[in-house]
Amino acid sequence: MPMDAREIETMIKAALPDAVVEIKDLAGDGDHYAATVTSGAFKGKSRVQQHQMVYAALQGRMGGVLHALALTTLASET
Amino acid sequence: MTDARQAIESEIKSNDVVLFMKGTPQFPMCGFSGQVVQILGYLGVPYKGVNVLDDESIRQGIKEYSSWPTIPQLYVKGEFVGGCDITREMFQAGELQQLFVDNGIAVKQTA
Repeated sequence: MPMDAREIETMIKAALPDAVVEIKDLAGDGDHYAATVTSGAFKGKSRVQQHQMVYAALQGRMGGVLHALALTTLASET
Repeated sequence: MTDARQAIESEIKSNDVVLFMKGTPQFPMCGFSGQVVQILGYLGVPYKGVNVLDDESIRQGIKEYSSWPTIPQLYVKGEFVGGCDITREMFQAGELQQLFVDNGIAVKQTA
């Protein structure tokens, strides 16, 4: 069962309350998205760590029901 | 240690640059794997391609090994660098080229 953009955004925000999340549906099939996530929690973290934080927020769906999430993470100054 | 983990570690330790991918460098079977193959090809960096589709235990084992949920996965000198997004971002920022040079790996073009 693919995911919809709102569900992805809700899960990310649950784990990263200050996150600003922009999601683009790449294929319209519910499992290929591009997302840009901006959060103060990323500050001082490597890109790999930042992406792992987002994957953790998605609680194992990444690579499962969510086949592809082209992810860009930005550390906000807050 | 499981066979998969041993196989993964030996690949990573015996090759400077290893790309765990879907398909082969000649025939990538996934867009994201294909993007990394293009970047490495453009930079002219020699690397070992490991086709995770050949062995399900490697395909799952590599995700546990790096606690990274997706394929492809790029390793340089035994260190996990990232998946497709991070490799592309580093390439666009020139950081990937720097990483190779810092590790004594010849790079053809510096973009």
